[in-house]
Amino acid sequence: MTVDAIDLFQRFQQGDRRALARAITWVESGSAEGNAMIRMAFPLTGKAHVIGITGPPGAGKSTLVDRLASAFRRRGKSVGIVAVDPTSPFSGGAILGDRIRMQRTLSDPGVFMRSLASRGHLGGISMATGDVVTLLDAFGFEVILVETVGAGQSEVEIMELAHTTCVVLIPGMGDDIQAIKAGILEIGDVFACNKADREGADRTVTEIEMMLDLGHMGEPGINRWPADGAGGQPNAGALARLDRTGHHSADEVGGSSSWLTQAARHAALRHGTANPGDQSWRPPVVKTIAKDDQGVDSLADRMVEHLTFLTTTGRWDQLKQRDAAAKLRELLGGRAARMVLERARQAGDLDRLTQAVAGREIDPYSAADELLKTHFGVGR
Amino acid sequence: MERKLRVLVAKLGLDAHDRGAKVVARAYRDAGFEVIYTGIYQRPEAVAEAAIQEDVDVVAVSSLAGAHAVLIPQLIQLLKEQGVDDVLFLAGGVIPEDEVPQLLEAGVARVFGPGADLEEIIEYTKANVKRR
Repeated sequence: MTVDAIDLFQRFQQGDRRALARAITWVESGSAEGNAMIRMAFPLTGKAHVIGITGPPGAGKSTLVDRLASAFRRRGKSVGIVAVDPTSPFSGGAILGDRIRMQRTLSDPGVFMRSLASRGHLGGISMATGDVVTLLDAFGFEVILVETVGAGQSEVEIMELAHTTCVVLIPGMGDDIQAIKAGILEIGDVFACNKADREGADRTVTEIEMMLDLGHMGEPGINRWPADGAGGQPNAGALARLDRTGHHSADEVGGSSSWLTQAARHAALRHGTANPGDQSWRPPVVKTIAKDDQGVDSLADRMVEHLTFLTTTGRWDQLKQRDAAAKLRELLGGRAARMVLERARQAGDLDRLTQAVAGREIDPYSAADELLKTHFGVGR
Repeated sequence: MERKLRVLVAKLGLDAHDRGAKVVARAYRDAGFEVIYTGIYQRPEAVAEAAIQEDVDVVAVSSLAGAHAVLIPQLIQLLKEQGVDDVLFLAGGVIPEDEVPQLLEAGVARVFGPGADLEEIIEYTKANVKRR
């Protein structure tokens, strides 16, 4: 471990914001100093509530993050913000403009905000985002808001990083909502219908509610199901919503098309079931007008309520296990691959087999097997 | 991995004209820099804090409203007070020639006037970014 890293970490521990900022730079560049910082910071982590904010471009995520940060500050929490914007695939450069929308909260010394470029990573966040969150957590921020790039259907990685994922939508998306139904709509623990002063807000809220009713029992928020077995049926509120919109009859809800059962199973893992004695979480939908600071306190309350659900059901600890497993998998995968590639390159096997695959003398699967057998000890 | 160079493009004070700032920001982006844009009407304190949190290599202030002679030295002083000594300061926009010496004196490395060549700005920046 370098003297520089140890020196910087000392300043970091004393609450020096410049040290935090420099540590983030090191971690982002993937340097040895960055790894050293994570090693030293990691034992201090595991306390922050990490909240992901995702949604399509223009939904108002940055403005909402600004107001949410203020809402958590009013609750006495210190707030770290990470906002990711896309890197140009052509130049490798990026314009990071999220600070423009976060003017209100950024003058507050209890808030620290860092803009990250996606640097070619496609999951809605950058490769280093998880490590940056680790640093903010270790620095002592109690709530960490992570804003993804404007997300479409498949930018769901935030779900793997955050404890609570908030999906931000806006009225008037019409069929777009249908289009993203299978994508980011599945990952929300809390939904915000932002720009709710626009026409069509009620309809948008109803559409999200309907979608949620298909996979969840109970009312928005925490549901505690009695141990005597009462419950386990779709609730009256959900059926009423379906009837009101007239899109589905109550009979259809009970139907078990395969996507529906699959969605239900997925939801059950994250949000619990209506089994007797169990607790479940039904994602709430909150109307917000971020620019006027309306509905933001309710949204923050719902996020805190979700945290309560996580801690009281043991899911908080499960998430830590999940994070640990995912991080180890990621690191091992990368390192093992580099190790095999390096050994194979030195032995000349990499070049030989690359040529062979290109020349169609051997298929890539067999070539990989051979490299693993020779250089990784598989099947020894 | 090669370190990405980060630039803060800033507008200070009551100066709404940010066309130039945006053009320069875009040029930096196209040259592979990560550009943080503050937006208009910023106080020196806010820009200093942004420069620290974003850990930028360069702070480029665009000025078209005449307050640069006061606000840019203030910004540089604020950062110096916090021990920031590895940032390259640049200024651009409409800055009268007789005000350039005092900006250089305050710590601005170079002032680019109207019609400055974008490529020259990029090349100058790359050549003069401080080693870390």
